[in-house]
Amino acid sequence: MKQTFGSRVFDVVNTALLVGMGLITVLPLLYVLAGSFATESEIATRPFFLWPERFTTGVYEYIFATPTFVRALITTIFVTAVGTLVQLALTLVMAYPLAKKGLPGRGVVLNMIIFAMVFSGGMIPTYLVVRDLGLLDSYWALILPLAINPFYLIIVKSFFQELPEALEEAARIDGASELMVFWRIVLPLSKPVIATFALFYAVAIWNDYMSPLLYITDNTKWTLQVLVRQLTSPEAANALATVDSANFFPVEGIKFAVVVIATVPILCFYPFLQKHFAKGVMIGSVKE
Amino acid sequence: MATDLAPPPTEASRKAKKQKAPRVPLGAAILRYRWLYLMLLPGLAYFVIFKYLPMYGLTIAFQDFVPFLGYSGSEWVGLKHFETLFAGGDFGMLFSNTMILAMLIFLIAFPMPIIVALMLNELRINVVKRSVQSLIYIPHFLSWTIVAGLTYILFSVDFGVIANWIHSVVGGGKVDYVAQADWFRPIIILQTVWKGTGWGTIIYLAALASVNTELYEAARMDGAGRWRQFWHVTLPAIRPTIVLMAILHSGHLLDQSFEQLWLLTNSLNREVANVFDTYTYYVGITQGGYSYATAVGLFKGTVGVLLIFGCNWLAKRLGQRGLF
Repeated sequence: MKQTFGSRVFDVVNTALLVGMGLITVLPLLYVLAGSFATESEIATRPFFLWPERFTTGVYEYIFATPTFVRALITTIFVTAVGTLVQLALTLVMAYPLAKKGLPGRGVVLNMIIFAMVFSGGMIPTYLVVRDLGLLDSYWALILPLAINPFYLIIVKSFFQELPEALEEAARIDGASELMVFWRIVLPLSKPVIATFALFYAVAIWNDYMSPLLYITDNTKWTLQVLVRQLTSPEAANALATVDSANFFPVEGIKFAVVVIATVPILCFYPFLQKHFAKGVMIGSVKE
Repeated sequence: MATDLAPPPTEASRKAKKQKAPRVPLGAAILRYRWLYLMLLPGLAYFVIFKYLPMYGLTIAFQDFVPFLGYSGSEWVGLKHFETLFAGGDFGMLFSNTMILAMLIFLIAFPMPIIVALMLNELRINVVKRSVQSLIYIPHFLSWTIVAGLTYILFSVDFGVIANWIHSVVGGGKVDYVAQADWFRPIIILQTVWKGTGWGTIIYLAALASVNTELYEAARMDGAGRWRQFWHVTLPAIRPTIVLMAILHSGHLLDQSFEQLWLLTNSLNREVANVFDTYTYYVGITQGGYSYATAVGLFKGTVGVLLIFGCNWLAKRLGQRGLF
C-alpha cells in the first residue's frame, strides 16, 4: 500500500520519540554504572558520561573491604533465598486444597483470603503482632509477615484447577494419598508456574525496604536496600563521611556503586522476569 | 458482603455443597479430607496470625494502648483519637497532600501508558518495537530505594547531572530539587512516570493486539486513512480497557507507595510530603503513638475499602466485569 507523506513523517517522529523514551529510561542506569568506575574528581567535574576517562575499580575495592557492606549483601542474598523457598512452599501447599472444589469449608477460607486482600489491620497493628511474636530484629520478620501474597495464591489455585483430573485420579486409585498426588503429580506439572512465582517472590524480597525499616533496628542486620538508602540519602551520606575518618572515602562513588550492586541481580534475571511477569500480569487481569 | 466477594466458581461449588452437605457428617469429612485440611493449615495459620490478628489489633484505635497492659488491659477512650485526627490541624494537611498527589498522578502518570501503548502499536518495525519495550519495562523491577538513590544522584545540588544541566540552561541560583518542598511533587510524578509507564503499557498492548484486523481492512476499503483508522477502530477498541483501568486506579487512590514517598521525605518538605501512610509511620513507629497512628490507619483503610467497592460497583454498572 502506498504511504502518504504525512504518514511517513508520523512514522519517523513516532519511532524517534519511542527510541528516545527507551534511552531516557536506561541512560540514568548507564551513567551510574559508568560513574561507579570513575574517580571522585571525574564525577565532580564531568557533566555526563557513559565511559569513565580513568577507569578505576577503587570504589568497589573499598566497598567489598567494608564489613558492613559485605554483611548486608550476604544477609540479603540469604534472606531472599530462604524467604523465596518459604513463601513458595506456603503458597503452593495452601493453593492445592483450595483448588479442590468439593472440599467442605473451602468457600469460607476463600472468602477469608479475599477479605484480607481488600482490608488489612494496617501498619501499626501488624507491627505489634510481629513485636509480640518476638520477631523484631529477626530475619524472619522480613519473610513471615509477607509469606503469602493473596493475589499469587489465587492465581496458583486457578492454575491447579485447570490441571487434568484424570492423572490425579489414576494415582489415587493406585492408593496414593493427597500428599503423594501433590508431590508426585501436581508439582512436576507446575514447573513453569513455580518458576514464575519464585521470581515474583524473590524480586519482592530483594527490593523490600519497608519491612527492614519497620522491623530491623540493629544496624548489623541491615539489608542491601537499607544500605542503599543510608548511603544515597544526602544527610546520611554526609554523616558517614565525617564518621569514617579513613584516608580514602569515595562519598560520591559509593552512592553510584551501591545502586549498581543492588540493580545488577535484577538485571541478570531481567530476561526471565520480562517473559514471566508479562504473562503474570495477563493471568492476574483475568478473573478467576 | 461475603457473597458479593465470592468469585462465581465458588458460588457454584457452594450450591453443590449445600445439597450434599447434610449427608456427610463433619467427622467423616475431616477424616476423608485429612491430608487436604492438613495442607491448608500452615497457610491458614499465616492468614490468622498476620492478617486477622492485626485486624483484631485495630481495637487499640479506641484505646490508650500501653504495650505493658496489652489489648485487654489498656484503657478504652472511645473516639478520642479520631477526634484528635479530625480536630487537629494535621488532617487537612494529610487529606490535601493525598488528594493533590492522587490527582497529579491520575492526570499525568495514568494516561502515559495509554499514549505510549498507542505509539508502540503504530510502530511498524518489530525489532524496534520489542527493543523499546524491553528497555521501558526495566524500571518496574527496580526497588524504590534504587529509584530514590538515582534521584538523589541525578538531582543533588553539588554533582547532580540533571540539576547542573537545568542550572546551565535556566541560569539563576542553584536549586536543591531533592530537599525543597516546592519540588517534592514534580519529582514524585517524574519517578512514578519513569518507573511505571513502560510496565503499564502491557495491559493496553494486549487489548490492542486483540483488535480484529478485519476492522482495519474494512475501514481501509471505505477509504479511511491512518488517522481515521486510529480514531474509529483503534481508540474504540481500547476504550473499555481505559475505563476499567481508570476505575480500578481510582479504587486505589489512597494507596500511594509508602516507600516512594518516605524515601523522599525530609524535614524541609514534610508539610507537603506527609500522606496517611507516611504519617502513620511517623507518629506510630518513630514517636510511639500506637493508638493514634492506628486510628489514622483505620480511617485510611476504611475509606480505601469503600473506594474499592464503590469503584467495583461502578465498573459493573458500566458493563465491565469488575474485580470481584
